[in-house]
Amino acid sequence: MGLDIKYPIGLMFTLMGIVLTIYGLATLSDPTMYQKSFQININLWSGIGMLIFGVVMLALVKKKKTE
Amino acid sequence: MAWIDYLVMIIYFAFVLGIGWALKKFMKGANAFLEAGRSMPAWVAGLAFISTNLGALEVMGMAGSGAKYGMLTTHFYWVGAIPAMVFLALFMMPFYYGSKARSVPEYLKLRYDEKTRGLNAILFAVMTILSSGISMYALAILMEKVLGWNFHISLMLSAVIVLAYTYLGGLSSAIYNEVLQFFIIVIGLLPVVFLSLHHVGGWAGLKESLGNVATANGFAPDAYTSMWKYTGTATGNPLGVEWYGILAGLGFVLSFGYWCTNFLIVQRAMAAESTVAARNTPLIGAIPKMFVPFLIILPGMVALALMNDPSANFSLPKNEAGQPIYDYTIIALLKQYLPSGVLGLGITALLASFMSGMAGNISAFNTVWTYDIYQSYIRPTTEDKEADEKHYLKVGRMATIFGVLVSIAAAYLASLFGNIMDFLQTIFSMINAPLFAVIFLGMFWKRATGHAAFTGLLAGFFIALLHHGLTAPEGANTLVKGGWITILHVYPVEMAQNFWTAIFAFSTSAIVTVVLSLLTPKVKSDEELVGLVYSLTPKLKEMDVPWYKRSSSLAILVLVLVTILTIMFW
Repeated sequence: MGLDIKYPIGLMFTLMGIVLTIYGLATLSDPTMYQKSFQININLWSGIGMLIFGVVMLALVKKKKTE
Repeated sequence: MAWIDYLVMIIYFAFVLGIGWALKKFMKGANAFLEAGRSMPAWVAGLAFISTNLGALEVMGMAGSGAKYGMLTTHFYWVGAIPAMVFLALFMMPFYYGSKARSVPEYLKLRYDEKTRGLNAILFAVMTILSSGISMYALAILMEKVLGWNFHISLMLSAVIVLAYTYLGGLSSAIYNEVLQFFIIVIGLLPVVFLSLHHVGGWAGLKESLGNVATANGFAPDAYTSMWKYTGTATGNPLGVEWYGILAGLGFVLSFGYWCTNFLIVQRAMAAESTVAARNTPLIGAIPKMFVPFLIILPGMVALALMNDPSANFSLPKNEAGQPIYDYTIIALLKQYLPSGVLGLGITALLASFMSGMAGNISAFNTVWTYDIYQSYIRPTTEDKEADEKHYLKVGRMATIFGVLVSIAAAYLASLFGNIMDFLQTIFSMINAPLFAVIFLGMFWKRATGHAAFTGLLAGFFIALLHHGLTAPEGANTLVKGGWITILHVYPVEMAQNFWTAIFAFSTSAIVTVVLSLLTPKVKSDEELVGLVYSLTPKLKEMDVPWYKRSSSLAILVLVLVTILTIMFW
C-alpha cells in the first residue's frame, strides 16, 4: 500500500532527536535541571540516540530506492 | 511539564495524523479499508501485532504487577504469551489466512455455521468497544491524577486523534501507526529504565534491595527476582499461585484463549501479504514481546524497592482503603526520574501505547461490524461488486465513528461506576477460554459440528459465571470479585481464581463440544472443510523460501531465546 513506513519513522525520530539534542546542549550548564537524573544530561543522550536511529531508518529507505 | 514536553508530543501527533492522511488516497473500497488489501510485509505486520497488544492497560498494568509481584510478572510473557504466539503462527495462521475468512467470526461461519459466527461476532463487537472505553478512561484518569490534566480534554483529544487516523486510512493506517508507536513506546521508556536501574545500582543492587523487601514480607530473599524457583507452593511466592496453576491457567488456557482467538490480534497477521508472511507475523512479534518485561516490569520492580526505602521519597497515590494504586507505577516513575524534555517523550510513549491499543480495537470492531453483522444480517452483497465495495467502505467508516463514540460513552460510564471496569474485565475473560476450545477443536477435528460448537461456547461461559459466583479470592469485599451465589471455595489470590475460572470454562466447553459433536450428524462434507481443518488441508510447503525466512526456523529461534531467558531468571 504505497507507503514505506520507515520513511515517516526515520523523519519523526530525526526531528525529535534534533529537538532533544539542542535542548540538551542548551541546558548543559543548568545545575538544577538534571538533579532528578543524577546529573546525567539525559536529554542530550536520548536526543543523540534518537537522531542516530532516525538517520539509520532514512538511510534504509534510500538504500531500497537506489537498489 | 514545560513547552519542550509539549513540542515532542505535538511532533508525534503530527506524524500519526500525517500517516492517516497519506493513506487516504488508497482507500477506494472496503477491502483496502478493512483488510489493508492483504498487503503488509511480515515485519510491519509483526510489529503491529505486538504493538496493538502493548496498549495503555498493558503498560500500566504490567509495570504495576512488576511492583506487586516482581519478576514473577514475566510469566505473563515467557509462559503466558510466547508459546501461544508460536502455536498461532505454526498451526493456526495457515487456516485463518488460507480460508480467505476476513475475520475470526467469519472463520467460525465457514467452519461451523451461521449461529456460531453470530454469537461470536456480537460478543466480540461489544467487548472490543467496551475495552477501548475502559482503556480510554484509565488513561484519562491517570493523566488527571498524576499530571493534573483535565480529564475531559485528555479523553476527547486522544479519542479524536485515533478517530481521525483510523477514519482516514482504515486498517493500513492503524497498522502503520502501530509500527511507529512501537518504536516510540520502546525509545520513550528507555530513559526511565536506564535511570531507575542506575539509581538502585543495576540488577545486582535491585536484587539486594528487593531481598530486604522479600524477607520483610516473609519470603525467601530472592523471591521477587526469581520466576520459577519458589512456585513449588502457592504461599512461597508473591504471586500466590503454584507452578501447575501458572502452566495450565496462564500458559495454556488464558494465553491461548487470548492470542489464538482474539481477532484484534489475529487481524494484523491476516493483513499480511502472503501465507508465509501471515505465519511469520506472530513469530516476528514474539521476539520484541519477550524483551518487553525489561522495558516495563523492570522499572516496576525498581518502584517496589523505592516504596520500601524511606530515603528514596517515592510513593504511589493511594485509594480510599489506603492501598497503593499500582496502575500509577509507570507514570510515577516518569515523574520521579525524568527532567523536562525526555519527560514529554515518556508521556508520549504512554499516549502512543494507548493509541495503538485503541486503534486496534476500533479497526477490529469496524471489520466485524461491517462483514459479520451488517453484511450478514442487514444488507447482504449484491450482483454489483464495485458498488458493494464502495457501500461497505462507507459503512466501515460510519462504524469507525460509531465505535469511537460508544467508547467515549463507555469511558464516562466507567468514570461513574468504578467497579464496572473490574466487572467487565471479569466477564471478558470468561468469553475467550470457551472460544479457544471451540476454534481449536474446529481446526484439528473434522467431526466437530456447528450445533455442538454453539452449545459449547454457551456452556463454557455459564460454567465460568457459575465458578465465579461460587468462589472468591481471600479478603474480597465486593461481589464483583466473586461469590455472589454463595462461597464454596476461597482462593488465596484473585489471580488464582481467574486462572481456575478459565480452566473450568475451557474444559467444559471442550467436553460439551466433543460429546455433542458425536451425538449430532456431521453437516459439512470433507470437501467443504478443505482449508479449514488440519487433516483435510494440504500441508504448507516452504521449500522455495530461504531457510532463515521459514516459519520453522523462526519458531526455533524464538523458543531457544525464551528458554535462555527463563534459565537466566529461573
